[in-house]
Amino acid sequence: MTVAEVAKNLNLTCHVAADGKREVEGGYVGDLLSWVIGRAGQGGAWVTIMSNPNVAAVAMLADTSMIILAEGVQPDETLLAKAKQHRLNLYTATEGAYELAWRLHELIG
Amino acid sequence: MEKLHLHYDVEGNDFIAAGEASGQVKRALRQLGIDFEVIRRCAICMYEGEINMVVHADGGTADVMVEKDKVTIILEDRGPGISDMELAMQEGYSTASQDVRELGFGAGMGLPNMKKYSDSLEINSEVGKGTKVTMVIHIPG
Repeated sequence: MTVAEVAKNLNLTCHVAADGKREVEGGYVGDLLSWVIGRAGQGGAWVTIMSNPNVAAVAMLADTSMIILAEGVQPDETLLAKAKQHRLNLYTATEGAYELAWRLHELIG
Repeated sequence: MEKLHLHYDVEGNDFIAAGEASGQVKRALRQLGIDFEVIRRCAICMYEGEINMVVHADGGTADVMVEKDKVTIILEDRGPGISDMELAMQEGYSTASQDVRELGFGAGMGLPNMKKYSDSLEINSEVGKGTKVTMVIHIPG
């Protein structure tokens, strides 16, 4: 399933849609950046409540397919700018990480 | 034969720019057509080293040498040095401040990640003088 399809199904709010056609391959939930960069698989959707610019660096280096900020957290301006610069898909959701992960699993297995 | 040598000066305590050098290395390796998993491992090792220099050492230098069969990453700083190497290598151990932890760093996974994702990791550190980290990631033939 593509990033755009996941976003539509999960009712996500789009902040940066760099590549909506990219395939979402799994997911990872985490806020500690060293855990995320070491464990999030390539192409996964990354669900986090962190919203600072370092999120963009980690998503770019780990090559996640999309960032989803949970719990209504909004990206700060530098994160937005960096997501655009590095062509990262950036979305927000009002739901918590548990619900997002559960619904994502229902969608893509 | 060395195909590419990249050099970066990493600023200390600059959390906005942190990761930029790692991003540039990743792009350069991609342009060379290197295997994606090798690039991922290099990116993780380089990022953790870069962050360590930003957080703990007031910056430093990073040199990345790409050869046919390996990528060598050398990170050098004039920071406080590592007083207890065994403790520093333990997953979950960190001396990062609360402010830094609030940014998502300080999980105590930096050095363990560097060890896990490199083929060899050598750390030479002297308290009060600085630290030199050398990592090698092999490129499968």
